[in-house]
Amino acid sequence: MARRKLKRVDLIFSKDCSCRDILADALKKPREEIIRMLIESGLKGRGGAGFPTGAKWKMAAEEESNRKYVICNADEGEPGTFKDREILDRVSLKVLGGMALCSYVTGAREGFIYLRHEYRFLIPKLEKTLDVFHKWMDELDLDFRVSLFMGSGAYVCGEETSLIESMEGKRGEPRNKPPYPTSDGYLGKPTVVNNVETLVYTMMIMRIGAEEFRAMGVEGSSGSKLFSVSGDTPKAGIYEIEMGMTLEDFVKEFGDGDAKAVQVGGASGFCVPRKRFSETHIGYQGGLKGFSLPTGGSMMIFNSSRSMYNVLHNYLDFFEEESCGQCTPCRVGCQQLRKGIEAIKRGEKSHKYLNDLLRLSETMKLTAKCGLGQSVANSFASIVENFREEMIY
Amino acid sequence: MLRQDSAVKIAVEKHGKERKHLLPVLQEVKRAKNYLSRSDISDVAAEMGLSSAHVYGVASFYHFLDLEERGRNIIWVCKTISCYMKGANDILLALEEALKIRLGETTSDGKFTLLQTNCIGWCHKGPAMLINDQPYTDLTPEKVVEIIHEYNQ
Repeated sequence: MARRKLKRVDLIFSKDCSCRDILADALKKPREEIIRMLIESGLKGRGGAGFPTGAKWKMAAEEESNRKYVICNADEGEPGTFKDREILDRVSLKVLGGMALCSYVTGAREGFIYLRHEYRFLIPKLEKTLDVFHKWMDELDLDFRVSLFMGSGAYVCGEETSLIESMEGKRGEPRNKPPYPTSDGYLGKPTVVNNVETLVYTMMIMRIGAEEFRAMGVEGSSGSKLFSVSGDTPKAGIYEIEMGMTLEDFVKEFGDGDAKAVQVGGASGFCVPRKRFSETHIGYQGGLKGFSLPTGGSMMIFNSSRSMYNVLHNYLDFFEEESCGQCTPCRVGCQQLRKGIEAIKRGEKSHKYLNDLLRLSETMKLTAKCGLGQSVANSFASIVENFREEMIY
Repeated sequence: MLRQDSAVKIAVEKHGKERKHLLPVLQEVKRAKNYLSRSDISDVAAEMGLSSAHVYGVASFYHFLDLEERGRNIIWVCKTISCYMKGANDILLALEEALKIRLGETTSDGKFTLLQTNCIGWCHKGPAMLINDQPYTDLTPEKVVEIIHEYNQ
């Protein structure tokens, strides 16, 4: 397979299209046609989990219920991610358009944007956009209303079942799955929860067609994606790039010439050391050679002046605070990993203790209830294994 | 400042009495009073027909539903990695110096509380902080002193 170069794309923020026209055209299509387009496009959830969007909408559409809901997940909390804020700030009508599309396909009449507390400053702007949007709904004769639901500061609420618990007036503790929200979601009703960026792409697929979307990216990871670039880079910011790029090309474009590692996917993602840049692709597992890393778009670059011990310690601090505390592997595991690396650094434990900690992180991966606890091992193992000496000395 | 019970009543009237309205109600009461006291918790519980234990459980789960008394302006300095790498600690030190308080404390005039928080989504413009709902980015120790000065006027 020929190596793909980094290809910039301009879909999400492009202003050369009318959301209202895209929506009006789409609403003339049969529901099945929209689902078929989404499935053919290969669009997967852009929040990080990568569930096929068309399949999700189809499941909710097939449920029989007098009430259904569409929720836009704007609880963007992964360290290093800031794309959803930018989308909601600049092109929120596209997000609402995607929600309307979902409402049409699934039969949901009510929608919510679950907005994280830290983005409260967006409320006045979003409320104005909602007024415009609701006028469109009347004009297009679609019985659909969207309101804002504010979070109150909990990373775990980005997990869709925690988000729903939170909206139901409870602690944001993840539920057991199945059942999935598409059958038993908000208030027990079929619910589609989609990330902000995913909703925009559903609109863009209506605009450019499934084939053109699928032509971008690589097999199994089609289309483009927004990347939030931060850390040691002269070009921090948000970039829309085709899926499937190698980290080598990424670092060539965005690094400061001295990158020693890139954290792909935030604190819950993977740390890739320099020696693996060329064999690591950004995309979902399966279609690519070498290592494939899916991501919600967080790309943090570390140069050789950075201590990977400090990086890991910062992540563990984060997880310890954000663990909901419901299941033991995550609640206790996060604390023990943090205490463990501190003890090794201080010389109170032998460096061999790192192996015990790696086994603990593996146990968390197998036994924690939700993605938060399961993914602590991603950053822990990838940093410890690649920068072992920095953990000890 | 609203009396305790009336703040709760207003919030419940505005948002509703069902359990699904609990988070908006708590957010509203918190905004009116700057924090949620024990009696607010039991008032909300009584008003909405929920147990105090449930309401406390929910309120204590979320970072921004403060259960301790805070100053009129709450400063949240981001402590996550990208901001940390850009010097978030110097920002914290400059704020401690300017406000004459330590992290976690409230100024004696009740004007400011200084706290840290996890990623607030401004990683490309770090170090960053929130004062109440307003984000401030690309901070320097000099810049935060100016910002505090503006709030003081």
